[in-house]
Amino acid sequence: MINKKNAMQDYTLREMMAIAAARQIRDGDIVFCGTGISMLAAMAAKHISAPSSVIFFETGAIDSRLEEVPLAVADPRVMYWTSVNGSLADAFATMQNRQTGRQVVGIMGAAQIDRYGNLNSTVIGDYFKPTVRFSGSGGACDVASFVGRTILFMRHEKRKFVNQVDYLTSPGWLNGPGGREKAGLSGGGPSAVITNMAIMGFDDDTKQMFLEGWYPGVSPQQILDNMAFEVDISRAQEVLPPSKEELRILREVCDPQRLILG
Amino acid sequence: MNTSENKIMDLSTAIERYVRDGCHISIGGFTLNRNPMAAVYEIIRREVKNLHLYAHSNGQGVDELIGAGCVAKLEIAYAGSGRFAPTCIRFRKAVENGTLAVEDYSNYQMTLRFLAGAMGVPFLPTRSSLGTSIIEKWGFAESMRQSDPKLPNKKLVVVDNPFGEWADTARVVLVPAINPDVTVIHVQKADRQGTARIEGLTFADIEQAKSAKHMIITCEELVESDELRANPDQNQIPFFCVDAVVPVRYGAYPTACYRYYDYDPVYLNDYRKAARDDERYKAYLDEFVYGMNDQQGLLDRIGTERLDSIQADPQKGYAVGLDRK
Repeated sequence: MINKKNAMQDYTLREMMAIAAARQIRDGDIVFCGTGISMLAAMAAKHISAPSSVIFFETGAIDSRLEEVPLAVADPRVMYWTSVNGSLADAFATMQNRQTGRQVVGIMGAAQIDRYGNLNSTVIGDYFKPTVRFSGSGGACDVASFVGRTILFMRHEKRKFVNQVDYLTSPGWLNGPGGREKAGLSGGGPSAVITNMAIMGFDDDTKQMFLEGWYPGVSPQQILDNMAFEVDISRAQEVLPPSKEELRILREVCDPQRLILG
Repeated sequence: MNTSENKIMDLSTAIERYVRDGCHISIGGFTLNRNPMAAVYEIIRREVKNLHLYAHSNGQGVDELIGAGCVAKLEIAYAGSGRFAPTCIRFRKAVENGTLAVEDYSNYQMTLRFLAGAMGVPFLPTRSSLGTSIIEKWGFAESMRQSDPKLPNKKLVVVDNPFGEWADTARVVLVPAINPDVTVIHVQKADRQGTARIEGLTFADIEQAKSAKHMIITCEELVESDELRANPDQNQIPFFCVDAVVPVRYGAYPTACYRYYDYDPVYLNDYRKAARDDERYKAYLDEFVYGMNDQQGLLDRIGTERLDSIQADPQKGYAVGLDRK
């Protein structure tokens, strides 16, 4: 166990989130990155624990050398020192292709999530008269439809962890076991949700979200208080805080300008 | 098909000729990169109305066309400009105020729709979006679709795999082709006949270009055909798809153009602040769009110091160390 005293309070929650997501990436994964913190997680993983992972963008860039953190998936920084530059058509075909698609892990965020990891990034309220309009799917629905597994970023708030999403933009496990197969979707579904308080997993049998780990300084009850639905907390453990080396790489190598870390 | 030898024209002529009230249009680029912004600003200055706009993730250009009131209907996958606007602000306001009709697709679906248009087939299949609200909820009512001959009668169709279980697929989503009246893209290099070269990622520009009835290319550099033909494998747009070639330096500004210039964080941050408030947005339009005769006017207003700050490093393709806060 890490000595909590030394590690306590010398990192931010965003740093904890980026590292928690980076730890989910395995060496050899093809990592589909959305905008923002998912890029940092992918960059950190590549420098820390998954040097052979491939960073990949829906815009078509494959294995970019990210010397500066991109602020969008079309940022010219994603185009530098790639192995191949494809197009949108190529990038999504790579994910729809069953050989390559199952090696892809997608990292993305959303405005709402339900217990099965279904995501809404389109509207709050009625689709035809929305209270709040968001960007829409972009590539998120495609990625969630096709790839081997997805890692989701969320803020832990009651209005975001909801019983039913207002609009189902990107498919998680749909309505539970067998839901994806019934709809005609291949690929895996969500494997983890990384929040500002915790790491949530999905049960192999029920496909429902459960609490896998809480961050130091947060209690499982606090996490439940920030969700509109109940989850199993019996399997949860405290998450290891970021190590000095993880923090050094995140701060000095990945985002020295703190453009994403804030 | 236009095989004329010399398609060079000025931007206002090209826009006047091909971008008319009510026409169906698509623009190239992606979020904050290589949007044909000089053309977008010219469309706004010419006060073109009731456009039907097709976009995958065209970000800044889409938001400015919507903000200026040029767009009545939008088919789109993603309205955002990266960290500068996770949701495009004037887009969001227009949807929430009910002044813009929107049909939502995914990025791959919009790409396939342009590709279908480019291929001359009525639709293409994908496995994306099964089980989602993209299938269920139609922004354009079927009655509206029936009454508009320029729209397919359905948003999309889910069908069982007609080849049985071939390719281990039970069913697919068919998305309808798009053939815009006009597509406008900005490229690094073109010749006078319209052969064009995009450096860096092409996004869906090539499909958008080939699906359109008319095509306007704006380019950073007008070059001799010999220069392009010496390395034809680096060219993407055949000249017969092109109707107008418009040389415009900084034609994508304030979005980026790989190996030429970066996006301008100052402009995009100022834009975001202005876009949040109707009065300030009107002032923005008056000062930076209606108040300019052309893109050169905007560049003069921005000044050489800021333009120097976004100059791309020739090897990296972007402005190394640019302050992007």
